[in-house]
Amino acid sequence: MKALEPWVVDPLETFLAESAARLTLLMTSSGQVVAQHGFSRSLDVMTAAALGAGIVASTEELARLTGAGRFEGLVHNGQRQSCLLAAFATPRGRWIGLVVFGPETSVGIVRLFFDQMVHQLVAAAPRELAPSAPMLAENFETELNASLKALFGR
Amino acid sequence: MTETQTALDRVTRVPGVRGALVIAAADGLVVAEQLMEDVDGQAVAALAGSLVLRLARTAESAGLGRPRFLHLRGDAGSVLAAPGADDLVLVAVVGPDANLGLARLELLEAAGRLA
Repeated sequence: MKALEPWVVDPLETFLAESAARLTLLMTSSGQVVAQHGFSRSLDVMTAAALGAGIVASTEELARLTGAGRFEGLVHNGQRQSCLLAAFATPRGRWIGLVVFGPETSVGIVRLFFDQMVHQLVAAAPRELAPSAPMLAENFETELNASLKALFGR
Repeated sequence: MTETQTALDRVTRVPGVRGALVIAAADGLVVAEQLMEDVDGQAVAALAGSLVLRLARTAESAGLGRPRFLHLRGDAGSVLAAPGADDLVLVAVVGPDANLGLARLELLEAAGRLA
């Protein structure tokens, strides 16, 4: 498991231990990866983050159009693997969790401990925002490479 | 009234029962519930579903067949579960002073009628 911010580590480790999730990705609503577990290639992480953020954006717009407010989560049940995608509010903005799990656990267990992780993340998040430079097109690739290096150690 | 609602009514009428749920064991999700306010139905469904599936595998591995009734006893009460048809499980959360014998009978009878 790798995380860009240290205060994410404990809640995420607890979630992984309790839920038996195979893959987990935490990202901002714009698809910037905050932490990952189980991915072995940076390309997979980038693709999953982009797809996850896109799906959440689409479903939230669908919810708005249908007057449903916000969907709490989206579950795809598969024969061998299933997937939970859920957005949640943190003091650092709106984040998204993408969890892939197998038949050794259940959607109820994953959802239960995911909700607990969200509470722990909200409690652990530093209240003051870290100073950050504005995201410019010329900085984007450097920032992306730095994040991937931190998450994959290369 | 549906069979599910009837099952929940029968179980929650037993003295000391703090809530009853019908859950889908494989998903660990609530199908229907009648619970007191302080009972977390989502957590009970997730954990009881997992417990039932694991104990079923254990019992079948030991040659005991499919479990008919589970009783998890804690310091402040018990969780009772009776598997029914179609992956459904009838679960009751009971306090320490509950009539466990009557709760067991009602659970088994009601679980047998779940479709």
